Amino acid sequence: MSESATPGHDPLAQGGAGPARPGRLVLWLLAVVVLAWLFFAQWPDWLNAILISKKAFLSAVLNGLTLAGLYFLVASGFTLVFGLMRNVNLAHGTLYLLGAYVGYEVGTRTGYWLLGAAAGFVVLALVGLIMQVLVFRRLEGDDLRQTLVTIGISIVGADLMLAAWGGTTYQFILPDWLDGSIKLPFITAFRSNGAAVYLTYPFYRLMVLVLAIAIGIGLWLMLNRTRIGMMIRAGVDDRDMLAATGKNVHLVFAVVFAMGAGLAGLAGVVGGSALSVAPGEDVRYLLASLVVVIVGGMGSVTGAAIGALIIGLAEQIGLVYFPTYGVVLTFVILVVTLSLRPQGLMGRPA
Amino acid sequence: MSVGAAESVSAGATARAGEFFTPAHAILGLLLLAYPAVASDFFLTQIGGYSLILGMIALSLMVLAGYGGMVSLAQVTIAGAAGYVVAIFGQNNSGVYGFDWPWWIVTPLAILIASLLSAVFGWIAVRTEGIYTIMITLAIATACFYFTQQNYALFNGFPGYTGLRAPEVLGVYWRDPVPFYYLCLANAAVAYFAVLYGGKSTFGLTLQAIRDNPRRMRAIGYDVTAHKVFAWWLTGLIAGAAGVLLVWFNGRISPGTIAVGPAINILIIAVIGGQRHPIGPFIGAAVVVIIQTFAIDLVGAQRFNTLIGLFFLVIVFVSPDGILGLWDRFRPRTSRDGWNSGSQGAGL
Amino acid sequence: MSITRRTFIALGVVAGMAAPGLGLAQEDTVKVGLLATFEGAFTVLGEDAERGAMTALEEFKSMAGGKKIEIVKGSSDASPDSAVRAARKLVEQDGVKILVGPLSGDEGIAVKEYAKTQPDVTFVNGSSAAQDTTFRDPAENFFRFSTDGAQWMAGLGTYAFNDKGYKTVAVVAEDYSFPYTQVFGFMAEFCKAGGKVPSKSWVPIGNKDFSSVIAAIPDDVDAIYVALGGADAVNFLTQYQQAGGQAPLVGGSITVDQTVLTSKGKLRDVLIGTPSAGPTADTNDAAEWKAFTEAYSKQKGAFPSPSLFAHAYYVNMKAALLALETVGGDLSDPAKYRETLAKVSFDSPTGKVSLDSNRNAIADIFLTEVTEGEGGVLLNKLIKVTPQVNQTLGIDEAEFRALGAVSRENPSCE
Repeated sequence: MSESATPGHDPLAQGGAGPARPGRLVLWLLAVVVLAWLFFAQWPDWLNAILISKKAFLSAVLNGLTLAGLYFLVASGFTLVFGLMRNVNLAHGTLYLLGAYVGYEVGTRTGYWLLGAAAGFVVLALVGLIMQVLVFRRLEGDDLRQTLVTIGISIVGADLMLAAWGGTTYQFILPDWLDGSIKLPFITAFRSNGAAVYLTYPFYRLMVLVLAIAIGIGLWLMLNRTRIGMMIRAGVDDRDMLAATGKNVHLVFAVVFAMGAGLAGLAGVVGGSALSVAPGEDVRYLLASLVVVIVGGMGSVTGAAIGALIIGLAEQIGLVYFPTYGVVLTFVILVVTLSLRPQGLMGRPA
Repeated sequence: MSVGAAESVSAGATARAGEFFTPAHAILGLLLLAYPAVASDFFLTQIGGYSLILGMIALSLMVLAGYGGMVSLAQVTIAGAAGYVVAIFGQNNSGVYGFDWPWWIVTPLAILIASLLSAVFGWIAVRTEGIYTIMITLAIATACFYFTQQNYALFNGFPGYTGLRAPEVLGVYWRDPVPFYYLCLANAAVAYFAVLYGGKSTFGLTLQAIRDNPRRMRAIGYDVTAHKVFAWWLTGLIAGAAGVLLVWFNGRISPGTIAVGPAINILIIAVIGGQRHPIGPFIGAAVVVIIQTFAIDLVGAQRFNTLIGLFFLVIVFVSPDGILGLWDRFRPRTSRDGWNSGSQGAGL
Repeated sequence: MSITRRTFIALGVVAGMAAPGLGLAQEDTVKVGLLATFEGAFTVLGEDAERGAMTALEEFKSMAGGKKIEIVKGSSDASPDSAVRAARKLVEQDGVKILVGPLSGDEGIAVKEYAKTQPDVTFVNGSSAAQDTTFRDPAENFFRFSTDGAQWMAGLGTYAFNDKGYKTVAVVAEDYSFPYTQVFGFMAEFCKAGGKVPSKSWVPIGNKDFSSVIAAIPDDVDAIYVALGGADAVNFLTQYQQAGGQAPLVGGSITVDQTVLTSKGKLRDVLIGTPSAGPTADTNDAAEWKAFTEAYSKQKGAFPSPSLFAHAYYVNMKAALLALETVGGDLSDPAKYRETLAKVSFDSPTGKVSLDSNRNAIADIFLTEVTEGEGGVLLNKLIKVTPQVNQTLGIDEAEFRALGAVSRENPSCE
């Protein structure tokens, strides 16, 4: 999904890789060939010995990709808000969890999962609007206080959600058309009678990936092809200048914040359906989106996609191949990125 | 005199020896010295000692943020490093390491290692600015938390170390309530006056100038990175000393001690107390410790996090300079220099 | 003036700090501390633990030895540090002389260490089930009338090998001491019977996505032993079902607890038929168990059947109150109370409970299997009772000690 947004055209992704040089192209091609071989070929024994099994490896990669999709959904709203408003919303995880709970309530009461997902987006967009008007507009230009306020909101929010929904783990009931698993055209093993065993994979997780790609493309189109997108891009480049041209900056801010919060709420429903909803998820997804966005470059939607891809894959591959220190890996990637390229992979120099 | 002192703190004017001996300091000092006469053991250690320890950790954050413009969430990690050194080289009963070295080797070693770690963190973090510093230090703190939780060989994993004891020196067991309180008070006082003095020393003034305009300072010929890393090392000494006291106080250390929650807690303390004077972190620590200890009696076990969060929100909204700021809010100020003065390069 | 003003704040704070402790206990009441997880991820378990403790208290009508019992609650977030901090407040500020708690394994070890510094206070366990709380380096004043995580597994390894016919089992468990203890208890029997455990996956605490772990489990194992609790168990089971998992499961005690069985979703399909073992069984027919279940169900928000946290807090609270009754509510001599407590032996809802020389319980353990009860609720059906399991699982103590402390690698039988 990262490739769809050509660097240079995406205003939120400036500073990306330059035009591909021939040497780099060969490297890319080689990587694609190796990957394709890993996915389609029958593995020799030595490879199985190193990577546990083909099934384990393929699952880890696929899970990494789908997790990346989920992380992108959460992080895209976060990065959008930062890019425009220079506002680090540390209550973003709270929005995620609230969206999940709202979606669960609506989904189970009406019996339609899709309604739940829609409610997660709409209700949280409204919550975001209220936050923007009541809180952030009052503290405009004071980044630190905005950040501190969001810490306070996340503490209170987590506790109130615990009061309302208790400590129970909630599981969404997926509609039948999303449930179940499908056979993928990757042969993982052969039975003793010669029949091929294909990799089965949960259909819903693939749909998460598809949704993330769709939303990524949608965001790109909105930013590059619509009037409001143009205003947002102008705001990212120079807030004051945009205000000086007589455009209603507050309206732009409100729209962006509502969209960011709505995406977090939608991600809550989507992610809650893939895993589960429980207290503590807010902090997990806040940390995840922080890491994704910092690695990718704060304020860049393309960066969020690349960051999500790196972190999602690292997390799942780490979990399978070095479980003991896998959780540390994510943060090591983050620290290394920040110390070598403080503005993130796709971020603009400060 | 005292007005002048306050202004000089904010404005960063030249140091005057006389201002350490203000009437305010004398009264405060006497009261703190006399506190054990009226306080129960619980109030002496669990409130008094604990506040002083957390206050010291928050003080190290306040120096970095207020004078250096670098908001760090890794201060608890630095304190925790000192704690782990005490556990590994000193005495523990977890059956892992515990070399039982004497306290007069272990304690300086712990503070030294913590301060060096702090310098390393600083060296990584100074490449970033403003909000990114918060992020990278949060990332470092989280990585350290996960690493200690997963590593059994050195850190004994999730359970960490138990059975850590303060030493017995001069026939006094330093974890007994009264000696422990005075030990914390002495350490806090040293840190407090060091910061008060350091803020107006040449180094302190240079650091503040770097915070306000790093580009110009670099152009004049100052080594900006070296100054910042040195500031990290100095604050590491304060956080490290607090870390040693913290493990003597708790008698244990585990990854939970250096988790994200405690790291945010230190930030909350620093914000609630205020950034404009080194007394702020201690006030913030006392307020937060009292709320966290007794909220359960006020609003029941379940909802006390809401109470803490709301209190924090009110402070942030009403007074950007914390409790300190509440008191001179209505006074006109010639200069308002906090960590959020808004000018470029000034922290956030 | 500003410095002076600041001084006033400081004065105010100091004055607040100086307020004397409010430990004015009245003559006719005894304060009992109740320490459980009322915050954080284990809140739902802590709340059920409280229901268990309150069931015991109501059985005594809040009176023991002629004294009124006053419960003072302390809250932890399941981290050892917060447990010690809460215990400190209960003991040093609220002045409780008996403390019941904490809930989870490493909290128990931390509170045991703290107990050593408070010889005048008697600590009775909550539901913490780590082996070393009482087995290695115990505290004189820490009592556990509930059993530990290895004891809970009594009978399961043999049953899996002999009756179910599982020869090889893969282990998936969380990466900390309580699951180590459970795996130890399971493997002690299973390996002895001749079984093999070719792969152990220790999943870091906090991980919610198990699908990659599931894919990495070898295909040729006969069953998977799962020791995960709460939300983690729910996630694992759901994802195992989604991945089309075929191998049958064997459950750790908290994997098939009521906190998991009451979760909504499709995980029930893979759960039914899962054997497990623990200190309780939902379909226990004994009259004492039925009476307990009924009393428990009157508590607000009760589960269909008491979780093992409710059970453990009930048993421990009841033991503390029984001893208090025997000494006539007189706690002026802690040694006398403790002597009485050490001798307490009573018929709990799950059979006779008594203490060994380390003050750890000897009690019956129940081998169970998950079945669907009336109205579709999932229950642990009683298969077999292993009577009076002690902490060394029937092995000679010296020999058991030689096996060493539990860890990721210990035991092992690949």
